[in-house]
Amino acid sequence: MNSDTDPLKARLRRAERMRQVKAFGLIAPLLGFLLVTFVVPIASMMMRSVHDTELSAVWPQVSAAISTWHDRKALPDEATFAALAHDIKTSYKERTLSTAARRLNYDLRNGRSLVFSTARALPETADRWTDAVLTANPRWGDVETWGAVSRASGPFTGFFLLAALDRHRTAAGRIVPTPAEEAIFIDVLQRTFVISLAVTLLCLAMGYPVAYLLAALPPNRGNLLMILVLLPFWTSLLVRTAAWVVVLQENGIVNNTLIWLGIIEKPVRLIYNQIGVYVAMTHILLPFMILPLYSVMKAIPPSYVRAARSLGATPATAFLRVYVPQTLPGIGAGGILVFIMAIGYYITPALVGGAGDQMISYFIAYYTSSSVNWGLASALGAVLLSATLILYWLYNRLVGADAVKLG
Amino acid sequence: MSETAPQSSDCLVRFAGVRKTYDGETLIVKNLDLDIHRGEFLTLLGPSGSGKTTTLMMLAGFETPTEGEIFLDGKSIRAVPPHQRGIGMVFQNYALFPHMTIEENVAFPLMVRGISRSERSVRAREALAMVKLESLWRRRPAQLSGGQQQRVALARALVFQPQLVLMDEPLGALDKQLREHMQLEIKQIHKTLGVTVVYVTHDQTEALTMSDRIAVFNDGVIQQLDTPHGLYEQPNNRFVANFIGENNTLCGVVEEMLENGFCRVRLSDGHFATARAVRVEGVGAPTVLSMRPEKVHVEDYGPQHVNRLMGTVREVVYHGDHTRVRLAVAGNLEFTVKMRFRPNRPIPEPGEKIAVAFAAEDCFALDAPDEGTAAG
Repeated sequence: MNSDTDPLKARLRRAERMRQVKAFGLIAPLLGFLLVTFVVPIASMMMRSVHDTELSAVWPQVSAAISTWHDRKALPDEATFAALAHDIKTSYKERTLSTAARRLNYDLRNGRSLVFSTARALPETADRWTDAVLTANPRWGDVETWGAVSRASGPFTGFFLLAALDRHRTAAGRIVPTPAEEAIFIDVLQRTFVISLAVTLLCLAMGYPVAYLLAALPPNRGNLLMILVLLPFWTSLLVRTAAWVVVLQENGIVNNTLIWLGIIEKPVRLIYNQIGVYVAMTHILLPFMILPLYSVMKAIPPSYVRAARSLGATPATAFLRVYVPQTLPGIGAGGILVFIMAIGYYITPALVGGAGDQMISYFIAYYTSSSVNWGLASALGAVLLSATLILYWLYNRLVGADAVKLG
Repeated sequence: MSETAPQSSDCLVRFAGVRKTYDGETLIVKNLDLDIHRGEFLTLLGPSGSGKTTTLMMLAGFETPTEGEIFLDGKSIRAVPPHQRGIGMVFQNYALFPHMTIEENVAFPLMVRGISRSERSVRAREALAMVKLESLWRRRPAQLSGGQQQRVALARALVFQPQLVLMDEPLGALDKQLREHMQLEIKQIHKTLGVTVVYVTHDQTEALTMSDRIAVFNDGVIQQLDTPHGLYEQPNNRFVANFIGENNTLCGVVEEMLENGFCRVRLSDGHFATARAVRVEGVGAPTVLSMRPEKVHVEDYGPQHVNRLMGTVREVVYHGDHTRVRLAVAGNLEFTVKMRFRPNRPIPEPGEKIAVAFAAEDCFALDAPDEGTAAG
């Protein structure tokens, strides 16, 4: 018996393995492509948000010496001051001082001028470098200045991630909120979520009836309507957004029509504010809500609502208690799709929104290309990515798991 | 037509001159007049497209009659929406709500009627006990077998004590054995509760076993409304004779009308047969003779079996308790006779010529097909 089954099992395993190898061979090209174009860039971006070697590359001595600074309430020792003076002078000669100045400027107000004024004022030789440096710029007598040097000395730092959440660490290592006049990212993050949530709800409110109609229509007319739903997909995102600029501007179709109808006296501002962002984003993301809803609704036979009606439910009760619960997987799928796409939106808010309506992607782009603060850009990206992942996990817990059980 | 009144003779539902068309051209239901008695089990039987389901949907309120009126308890229900008709309904695909537990499903009619949570639970459990599923109340529909789901659907349709329950091919999706079991169970529940049931099916066996009365539908018209016994023993027309049970047909022309409602028919091969003149237009009119296979005798016939014809055996099929013999008789190559098993009785061989006999009472002269071509 045993001798009979074992070779059988082995043969089965071999056959299974062959199949797995073949299957893997089929997906290998895509896997490789994704690895190179998706996983590696994201991993290196995440790495950049915590990996920081800008300062240690140009100021190696002070970066090493600062690690011996333990009593964070008092100034560092003479050796550290000497290392600082040496590094400043060396990098001043080698013209790499601006790198160090820029990095310290992220953390210190007027960090740039501090570095350059010190470099200019430092003497060639000194008996005590502590006194010489303090004479060159008295700000070196502040432990927070040294805290910034310590935080920037690398190779790993939580500085950018904390900054992305409007937090920073004091010289003593406590995490404190950034002063209100400098804090922006929590607001931006909040705005990103509010706009995305509102767009998701608008899409749901407008998409649900359309999906319902699509699912209820006979196939030939349903297909026609479906083409109308899909039509925006075949137009470039930029063209659609630009079209909204034309439609919504002060002398655009909407304003002119409203004036002609006598509803308003003078043009209303519909663009370069949140109205424009909501209108354009809802329009662009609507199909992503309609399609999952449609596919779920199409699978619900009409006999459920009929059964509810014959059992005594009013049309409203039958709809709310029997039909809507069965569309929850579609609402969940469409909602999460639209929401996740919305929080990453960049072009549309940039084109039709005002200065105060920019979402987090705008700042990521700004820090990547304009201010070249890749650490902060990466940290913002990491915050966005984690928020998305947490939301997806929540969705899976709330809707995904339930949807599987409904089967 | 022997329309025997069931237990109670007062009428719960009346269809009066109901017509229904979807496209304005063809009538799905043509001039329907039907009384459904309180407490009876009435089956609407017919092939698909015969109008039986449309009739049921009009009664449930999901379709409106194009013409005519439907009365429930003496009041027209034209303007009454489905949820106010108080009619329980069981669907073919069960239509159990997948997002609710079994108990919530059964309690649904009570919930929409605003009955308190505790009472709902008690009554739902009672209804589930009636269909012997009280232990499964926490499950979801997907975790139940087809037969169990159908019982839940039954409990749900009965839990609010409707006076009328409609069933739209409720057993259509079940396998044969389970179907037969459920037939008995539904019949039992009907007897216990005394509720009026209108049952739609295309399965004539199901209709014969369960119903008090059967309305046979074809082409949007009730062909015959009768008890199962009446339908089988005394079919009104050729459609009913063919649709219910097995049937042999022979074509012929009416030669002579006899007394007591009999007639003499000349068959297509020139022989004569006497039959009940159920539906013949008169002397010279074409007709189709109909008789059940078990009413045709091969050897053990007596003086009452006045019709005797010769046939050639084409095929003999052994069925255990009986043997089925297919013969060529008077132009019908599919003429079937059931021979009950008897020891020492020789089984005819194919090719053998034998005599078949049947009584005039068991032979019905019915309407001939319009084309006048040979039937069967």
